[in-house]
Amino acid sequence: MKLDQVAKGLLLQEFITGFLLTVKYFFKPKATINYPFEMSYRSPRFRGEHALRRYPNGEERCIACKLCEAICPAQAITIEAGPRRNDGTRRTTRYDIDMVKCIYCGLCQEACPVDAIVEGPSLEFSVETREELLFDKARLLDNGDRWEREISRNIAKNAPYR
Amino acid sequence: MAKIIVDGVEVDVPPEYTLLQAAEAAGAEIPRFCFHERLSIAGNCRMCLVEVKGAPKPVASCAWGVRDCRPGPNGEPPEILTKSGTVKKAREGVMEFLLINHPLDCPICDQGGQCDLQDQAMAYGVDTTRFHENKRAVMDKYLGPLIKTSMNRCIHCTRCIRFTTEVAGVEDLGAIWRGEDMEITSYLEKALGSELQSNAADLCPVGALTHKPEAFHYRPWELAKTDSVDIMDAVGSAIRVDSRGREVMRILPRVNEDVNEEWITDKARHIVDGLRLQRLDRPFVRENGRLRVASWQEAFAAIAAKVKGTSPDRIGAIVGDLAAVEETYALKLLMQGLGVRNVDARQDGSIVSPAHGRGSYLFNSTIAGIEDADAILIIGSNPRIEASLVNVRIRKRWRIAPPPIALIGEQVDLTYPYEYLGAGPDSLAELVAGRHSFAEKLKEAKRPLVIVGPGALARPDGLAILSAAASLAQGVGAIAEGWNGFSVLHTAASRVGALDLGFVPGEGGKTAIEMAQGGVDVLFNLGADEIDITPGAFVIYQGTHGDKGAHRADVILPAATYTEKSGTYVNIEGRAQMANRAAFAPGDAREDWAILRALSDVLGQRLPFDSLNALRQKLYGEFPHFAALDRVTPADAASAVTALAGLGGAAGREAFASPVKDFYLTNPIARASGVMAECSALAREIRLEAAE
Repeated sequence: MKLDQVAKGLLLQEFITGFLLTVKYFFKPKATINYPFEMSYRSPRFRGEHALRRYPNGEERCIACKLCEAICPAQAITIEAGPRRNDGTRRTTRYDIDMVKCIYCGLCQEACPVDAIVEGPSLEFSVETREELLFDKARLLDNGDRWEREISRNIAKNAPYR
Repeated sequence: MAKIIVDGVEVDVPPEYTLLQAAEAAGAEIPRFCFHERLSIAGNCRMCLVEVKGAPKPVASCAWGVRDCRPGPNGEPPEILTKSGTVKKAREGVMEFLLINHPLDCPICDQGGQCDLQDQAMAYGVDTTRFHENKRAVMDKYLGPLIKTSMNRCIHCTRCIRFTTEVAGVEDLGAIWRGEDMEITSYLEKALGSELQSNAADLCPVGALTHKPEAFHYRPWELAKTDSVDIMDAVGSAIRVDSRGREVMRILPRVNEDVNEEWITDKARHIVDGLRLQRLDRPFVRENGRLRVASWQEAFAAIAAKVKGTSPDRIGAIVGDLAAVEETYALKLLMQGLGVRNVDARQDGSIVSPAHGRGSYLFNSTIAGIEDADAILIIGSNPRIEASLVNVRIRKRWRIAPPPIALIGEQVDLTYPYEYLGAGPDSLAELVAGRHSFAEKLKEAKRPLVIVGPGALARPDGLAILSAAASLAQGVGAIAEGWNGFSVLHTAASRVGALDLGFVPGEGGKTAIEMAQGGVDVLFNLGADEIDITPGAFVIYQGTHGDKGAHRADVILPAATYTEKSGTYVNIEGRAQMANRAAFAPGDAREDWAILRALSDVLGQRLPFDSLNALRQKLYGEFPHFAALDRVTPADAASAVTALAGLGGAAGREAFASPVKDFYLTNPIARASGVMAECSALAREIRLEAAE
């Protein structure tokens, strides 16, 4: 027992094992990324910043069914609805999400019958004041326009599993 | 009684019961769409199928009587099964058929969350579809400003047709074609001409008929529900006020068998937008001829300055049609404290008065009692617009077995046939003298009912007419043991409560009309908007809406509407009911009793209560019947009628005219409502068309 340990110590076995590991990783690709300029992989199911989507012809998808508002466990969503002025269809007149309350559970996008409200891939929306995190309909639609390509790609990728 | 076995439980039910009722008596739940307790049986949705032992196939339980069932081979009671495999399969099949043509648009349907089809598809349907063909498409129909149609969703239960023809009494809705092609439609796309039409949308088990004014504005699950009573007329219908946050979103009927069954008028339901519009939310004071925003202190100071320099017999108070008992009582105490005898709650000039006893102004037969009457005489009233749900009861009575019904007054469509006796007091006098054949019919009847309406009472010779009606009632035996057929109809929700409180001119006091025509120098106007006040007097208006009363006011005190305060209202029968707070008054507006309490301090006549409970305690001490909520406190009608009959007097010759000129615009809340304005315009158009 004791001789074993003495021999290992004299032959620097532990040192060499450690050193070899270091060398191994030295030649492997780096795990660290240069964050603001590089992003790590995000699953198509990633639940980030919310967005309200439009149909390809530019029409809002949201039909003001209020299922997202009803299911939201944090009660972060506030919707007011009414007939749209030009054609009388059911639309939201107000769609607010309190991103401070939101727990990013994704139940709103599960509840949505028309895939209007989605949690997109974006996670960079930190702000300096609390008020900026109270998203209104314009902001959410703007998010939707900005992220539409990624969002539709993610939905398509995830479709076989649903 | 007949015995029947439901799922192994033997129950004893009346033989005229249907299987559906028997199953409910046994505690079994039967799904249904077309069946409704208050409508005739159609039996066309087939959802209520049950298995009857011995029958070759399932039967529709809503249309199959208990007495139609055959007993078992050894004389055992008939047996039905509501939970068997056959029944489950039958229900699944029916549900599948119903859903063949029902669109899957629940997310944009206003019925979502309160839909019978949704609920029953969850409970009794299957979770897959075998139907891949195209669904039927149906044009939406125009049914007027209150009902929105989406006819793709219709499942042809015909509840709406049966409601409009049977209960509302207008044959405006019907169905054309048959089978899958059947369509519910109005005649030539005409708007429905009923003051109860919105109930058809309530009855719709799916989203085919929904309420147009509130379309898409709310979901049923986000509303807070408050039980209350309606004050648009004096019937006191039971309503449920649904609110979201500070806003009242909708008003629904509540079941009260004694008053409104489960219907309410369109006015009771759709004045919701009137509760938000034109509201007085800050006190105002008139300065140099213009109203300016003021603080409560300024307003009170202006009132105090004026009241202090005026002698009590030049001060007066008028209570409007929407005031609750509590504030009327507070105002009465305040006026008593000031030594004022000019108080009146009858702004329409009605002569009803507590002087002749409580029985002289109540609807003594009670509304449910109309169903027992076997001869009905209506004097100077158009119950269809003055008290629509009283009219519904008369129609219901007429449908059970038509009794002789006669009318003296305006010849109008009451939705049931009646004998027209004449237009004015002359015809009544003839009837009293027994010179008309209808007098015989009334005499022969065991339970004759005489209804005296506001058209006969709100006129200078009203007392003589009321006296003639009372002597007629007495003569035909309308007041007998167990029956009280002398009934007075009012249109103002506050009227009976105020009369119970004795809010009428004291000795030497002036009536509302005398006060308004310059009889007083300082006039306290508690929400009376239907009276013209001549220039000159200093008017303090306490009310809710910027209406006629507020325009004429020198000081405006903003108050709360009936959905924003807790208040007692006594309906025509003398039934005290409580309206509850569903929302909060806007801005600086306060509850009426609290305003009067604060004002009393400034006037140096501090009212002896600091809370609504203390007020009620004092009120109940003085008038115990207000504490008996939801019950009719009967009056001694016999002595009241005798007293009235003894008054005599000479009636004029002018014809009776209903004071309700426009059903949809009778009070400040309704006049502020855009929906009511639309309905009113449409009704005027229909009247004009009819006149052509």
